[in-house]
This record gives sequence, C-alpha cells and structure tokens, in this order.
Amino acid sequence: MAITIEIPTAFRRFTEGSPKVDTGATTVAEALNDLTAKFPALSRHVRDEQGQIRQFLNVYLNEEDIRFLNGESSPLKDGDRVLLVPSIAGG
Amino acid sequence: MKEIYFLRCRECGKTFPNQPQSYCEECFAPLEVSYDYEALRQTTSREAVSRRAFNMWRYAEFLPLPQGFTASQPIGGTPLVKSRKLGLHLGVKNLFFKNDAVCFPSLSFKDRVVATALAAARRFGFETIGCSSTGNLANAVAAQGAQQGFDTCVFIPADLEAAKILNTAVYGARIVRINGNYDHVNRLCTQIADKFRWGLVNVNLRPYYAEGSKTHGYEIAEQLGWELPDNVVVPMAGGSLIGKIAKAFAELAHLGWVEPKQVKFFGAQATGCSPIADAVKRELPRFTPQKPNTIARSLAIGNPADGPFALRLIRESGGWAEDISDPEIIDSIKLLAQTEGIFAETAGGVTAGVAAKLIQQGRIGNDETTVVCITGNGLKTTDAIAAHFPATEVIEPKLDAFEALLQEQLKDSIQV
Repeated sequence: MAITIEIPTAFRRFTEGSPKVDTGATTVAEALNDLTAKFPALSRHVRDEQGQIRQFLNVYLNEEDIRFLNGESSPLKDGDRVLLVPSIAGG
Repeated sequence: MKEIYFLRCRECGKTFPNQPQSYCEECFAPLEVSYDYEALRQTTSREAVSRRAFNMWRYAEFLPLPQGFTASQPIGGTPLVKSRKLGLHLGVKNLFFKNDAVCFPSLSFKDRVVATALAAARRFGFETIGCSSTGNLANAVAAQGAQQGFDTCVFIPADLEAAKILNTAVYGARIVRINGNYDHVNRLCTQIADKFRWGLVNVNLRPYYAEGSKTHGYEIAEQLGWELPDNVVVPMAGGSLIGKIAKAFAELAHLGWVEPKQVKFFGAQATGCSPIADAVKRELPRFTPQKPNTIARSLAIGNPADGPFALRLIRESGGWAEDISDPEIIDSIKLLAQTEGIFAETAGGVTAGVAAKLIQQGRIGNDETTVVCITGNGLKTTDAIAAHFPATEVIEPKLDAFEALLQEQLKDSIQV
C-alpha cells in the first residue's frame, strides 16, 4: 500500500529537502509516527509535550481536515495523500 | 535608516527580518509585525497625527510601510456614529457604531488590510497578488490591485453571493471559484503560496496585511476624543480584527496617547459558524473547527487562523462571545437600518444582534461606552434579505390612484 505524505517547504529542512515521503501506514497516526521515526528532528514540530498534534499544525487527508474525519485514527487506503500545513493563514 | 518594524512569532517570540512569510520557522505559529516603540515615540506624536487628513494613513508610523511609501488612495477614516435610537431601545446610553460599511474604495474594512498588504507586496517585488476570500477581501484586493497595476487573482468558494463576485469581476481581477468552502479555499491558497512566487495578501503577506486592521482601532480611540471605550463588539471570521483592535489600543496606551483601560472584547459569530463563540461559551481550551452553514458568508470560516488568540483575548479581557441564528441576523439588519439608518451586510447584522444580546444578558452595562464594529456594506448581501421585501404595488401616475392607495394602506395599518 502506498501513501504519500506531502511536506511543505517549511518542513523540508527536516526531511533532507524531500517534498514527499512514502509510507505504508494504515492510519494517519501511523503515517505521522512513520514520518517522525524517519526524521526525528521533525518530532517536536509535529507533536507537543503531551503528544498531541501541535495547535498550529493542520493535517489533511486528501482534501479534508482530519478533525472532520476520525482524527488521527482516520484509516488510509492505497493512493491517499496526507498533507501537513503549518499555521493555516487566511481570514 | 534602520526599519523600526520586524516580524515576531506570536508563540515563541523569535524575531525575523521583514519577508513574505506568515509562520515561524521554529514552532510554526503565526508571525506578526512588531515595532521598536521607543523609536516610534520619537518619530510621531498625537498632535502631528491630528493635523493630517482623516484616513488610515494618518497613523502611517504605526504601520509596516516601506521607506519612501506614498499612499495612492484615501482609505479608512470612517464615521463613528453615536446611536440615537437603538441604544435607547436597548436601554444603554453610550452606544456607538464604527461604520466601515462606507470604507473607501470597496465598502468594507478589508480595504484597510489590503492597503498595508499591497505596500508590502510592492516592497517584496511581487507582480501578481491574490487572496483566499469570502467576498469582501476579494473586492478590496481587486479594487486596489487594479488601481496600483498588479496582476490580480482571487480564490473564492464557488457559491459566494452574486454581488460579491460581481464586485470583484468588475475590476478585471481573475477569479478562481473553488468547489468547497472557505477553509478548502484557504488550504489551497497556503499550498499555492508555498509553490508560486505570488503575494497572497492573507497568506504569505498576512503579518503585514493584518496590521491594517489596527487603524480601525486607532480611529475609534481618536473619535472618542482619545479615549478607550469600555467594550468593543467585533465580528469574528478568522479572528484577526478583534486582536488588532486590542493591539491598537495597547499601542496608544503604551505611548501615552490614551489613558490605559481594561477594555472588554466581545466576539460576534453566526450560530451556523461559531467555533470561537462555542469555545468561549463551553470554556474549551481549544476551539473545534466547524463546517459553516450560515447566510453570514463573510464570517463563514470554520477553522479560524487567529481563533486561539481571539479566544485568549476575550477571556483575559473579561469579555464574552455570542452567536445568533440566521433569522436573527435578518432581524438585526432591519433593526440597524430602521433605527440608525445604517445598512450593514449580514456580518453587521451578526454584530449588531450579538451586541443587543450581550446588553440583554447584562454583560454590557447601561452606563458603559460600547463600540459595535460594522465591517461591511448591506448592498453586497442583498440576496440574503431580498425575500423579506416583496415588491410594492404599482399605481397609475394619477393623484386619485395615490389617494386610493393611501386609503388602502391606512385601512391595513388600522386593521393591524
């Protein structure tokens, strides 16, 4: 199963410049854990001290914010894209 | 000369040189513009400001404007209207409306933020500008973009009010309609700003853009005779304006231009999109994003970027947040028009209606000075209220016909 995690420019200094990271994860939580295991320096930027996704980091599964799905438990299927957006702007 | 403003992270406090960037590279929280206030104290004074033309540029030193900047349009400088009838109706003495429904050039407070954003866009060398918008911002970007010769491209939810789309199209802006709500549009724009070298006013230029809102606050203080009000009622979409009014008041107090005061900040939302009001009322530590469903389209942001800061400000200031339903919004638009002669858009209906609710709840006191911020013009959202005003009867151009009509109407009113 191939899932793509899309890395915004701001995170790429932690992913050796890579804009995309592939994973075989079956949930969003697994995908994030897989990502931070590969790039440990990214860990503290993804989760806070309590292990929660940071308040200013938005995680999307394809086009939808995971908070409208099943949060980190949202299941992944082949071809899904997980998108990280630091500090949504707008408004 | 060294610049007196720079970027600063709102969470970790790290500072950055001026650049088109909206978030901190360390903790990914939003950046905002900060100033060397001691330098600012040397460069301007209340008396100097008071001698200038009454528009937002009279507060130029408080804005992140590049050296040598010259304004091309008189933006802001809107009326602060003391309520004559609505305050009486609600039982409060000192009720004011800050009326940005008549802001130049595009009839909403977004003209202020676009003004500072485009100064930054020019400074950073962008040729194409744009925004994600619920309507008013697109109008303002299109109008000022045209006047200043930018290539303009705006992104909007596909089902926006027809008048708001037309009020953007007329200026020649490229309009990209997105199949989704504002939060989808906004997320896409974040990705676009990451990939294209475009100046998206409320994305990569957001720190500079947001500062323009402070002028709404400076004007309130100055129009109250260089005094701060007791309460401010502010509509909340992304949650930025409420914080910038607070920043404006804090800056004036810091410089000694007004007496410091604990102003209470009240947030207004539509029930159909009320993530911040919901968190205030349920005392949640974080807001929960919502899928918007309200006629107040300009407030329909379910994942407000400045939601965490608005929540904190409301709590720390001793204020509150409330929301009203769509029928209540319509009633409030009518009430504001029929008592004060101000035709506000749906967001203004929300703010006026929430202000009334807060007064009825006793959260706003009878003797206190309260400013209600009206941020957009009713001519932009006529679709929302058109059905409430059916066409009236047509008569022949004859005096008899008029007198008959009058008789008929008098009879109707007596029956009522």
